[in-house]
Amino acid sequence: MKAAIDRNQDALNVRNVTKRFKVSKPPFWTRWRAQKGATGNGSTASGGRGGDAGMQGVVAIGGVSLDVHRGEIYGILGPNGSGKSTLVRMLSTLLIPDEGQVLVFGLDVVRHEMEVKRVINRVSVDAAFFKKLSPLENLLYGARLYGMTGGEARRKSIDILGRLGLEARSYTQPMDEMSRGMQQKVAIARAFLTQPILLLLDEPTTGLDPRSKYEVQEFVNELRDCHDATILITTHDMGEADRLCDRIAILDEGRIVAEDTPAGLKRLIRRNGHEPTLEDVFMQLTGKKLSGAEEFDPEPVEVAN
Amino acid sequence: MFARLNLRTEVLQSYAFVARNFNLIKRYWGWELVWLAYSTATSLAVVFIGEGSALITGAEDIDTSYFVLYLLLGTLVWGFLSGLFNDISEMIQWERWEGTIEYTLMAPVHRFTQIIGQAGFAVLHSLLFTMTIGVAMIIFFSLDLSDANLFGALLVLLAGSLSLVSLGVMASILPLLYTERGTQMTHIVQAFLLLISGVYYPIEVLPSVLQTLARVSPVYYVLNGIRSAVLEGTPTSELWGYIVPLLIIGVVGMPLGVWVFRQAELYAKRHGKLKRVG
Ligand SMILES: Nc1ncnc2c1ncn2[C@@H]1O[C@H](COP(=O)(O)OP(=O)(O)OP(=O)(O)O)[C@@H](O)[C@H]1O
Ligand SMILES: [Mg+2]
Repeated sequence: MKAAIDRNQDALNVRNVTKRFKVSKPPFWTRWRAQKGATGNGSTASGGRGGDAGMQGVVAIGGVSLDVHRGEIYGILGPNGSGKSTLVRMLSTLLIPDEGQVLVFGLDVVRHEMEVKRVINRVSVDAAFFKKLSPLENLLYGARLYGMTGGEARRKSIDILGRLGLEARSYTQPMDEMSRGMQQKVAIARAFLTQPILLLLDEPTTGLDPRSKYEVQEFVNELRDCHDATILITTHDMGEADRLCDRIAILDEGRIVAEDTPAGLKRLIRRNGHEPTLEDVFMQLTGKKLSGAEEFDPEPVEVAN
Repeated sequence: MFARLNLRTEVLQSYAFVARNFNLIKRYWGWELVWLAYSTATSLAVVFIGEGSALITGAEDIDTSYFVLYLLLGTLVWGFLSGLFNDISEMIQWERWEGTIEYTLMAPVHRFTQIIGQAGFAVLHSLLFTMTIGVAMIIFFSLDLSDANLFGALLVLLAGSLSLVSLGVMASILPLLYTERGTQMTHIVQAFLLLISGVYYPIEVLPSVLQTLARVSPVYYVLNGIRSAVLEGTPTSELWGYIVPLLIIGVVGMPLGVWVFRQAELYAKRHGKLKRVG
């Protein structure tokens, strides 16, 4: 069967996707001791979101659906552990969903893995590289995996690294001699290099200085405008999300609690006094346990979808 | 699955692994030297057993130079094959350690292509490494190889590489399944191969159960073939008895290795075993 990417379809359809992880059990002697203790005072040893002691597990993503249209910059915000990276990994074929389906330009990421892989790339918050190799050597390796020749890869790498403001002398020195921010730029270059039409950015600017952040954001905009790329980005920088994203989903405990344009999200909450910021929205929608919650409008939020 | 391979792309992709690994060796050259010194020393230690055989046993009619060459071939062949096995079986472990595994597995590369690249590197690397030690030893013990069929020996070695690659691929998945202890488990596979394959002794001295196992170990055929070619000078036309079983193990083993690897990859993707941070 021949399957092909259809550029006229949505860049991404996520349909009711769920992912659970088994939580590693504590060693049996700890469990035994805890059990012995529990008969005395009635407390239990099992923890985590749901599940009994035998099938302990955590629901990292619980029934998420979303659509990203071609050419959009789509943001995902959410607290630590809300499932952003898990979702991004499922979109990039690194995790297989337990339930539901992910389509990239109309192709199922599990059934048409290879076709999907050719058109996507991902930047994650940890810039993972062969640490003793230089940026150029790492980028050459990455580009060759996507079928580029050495010469072409070298030319493009130098171009992108320069655009990201990396000094030429560091191109050939080992990665582990570079600062975290510089490594992150090389990670971004690695993804841009293969000209993905769907780019998955998992906290790409975490750890970058303000100017570098700005450069990356500019580059993301340019990729979308000039290279017809669609971008899905997660970030903890509310200002960045506000500036960059056409639409934003807010994820909390593995579920989407709101999805709208930045302006639309802000309209969801009303504040007496000043204009709400995206940070206010984030706080209110994900902040059940926040003390002093009465500071916010107690009116229940209407979830747009 | 293999139907629509674009040959040019596959070659470029395979080469990515070869080039990357040689770049790594260049950067870790100090470690390579240490390993060379270590391997030379252990080979010497084994070969000196042969030199000392008359002294150890008190027997005078031992053909010492034959024994020395017998042991030398054992240690060199084992050095080559275990080096090859290591290079292949470490391919996951290394990338886990660097954290690059997600990027490599996310790239549009067939596992078969990846394994070919990795194997190509491993054969070249181990061959260069072993030849360096071999030449040093031949000079050190002033051995006479004028009657040896070195070309035939090389053929046997290359045929054996194919089957060791598939074993290595199957072992390489252990770190995917057992995140912490995977590498140590590949050492057990190696130790077992060393025991049963008759590296330093004829397998006839082993208990019959182990002898039976030896007959399915590719290392056994490589050793016998090479000893026959070098010690007896057997012509290449008579080495097929060793080469054919090796080719069969390799040709059956390779697709099996790719399949097993793919299953492990799917398992890891279902249970979140690839993840590092973020
Ligand atoms: N491979 C894994 N194995 C087990 N549990 C996992 C795995 N990956 C994620 N989890 C769990 O799933 C939940 C969601 O994690 P995830 O990394 O997706 O969060 P996140 O939104 O990216 O957080 P952060 O903002 O800190 O990056 C967490 O409870 C985490 O412990
Ligand atoms: Mg994350």
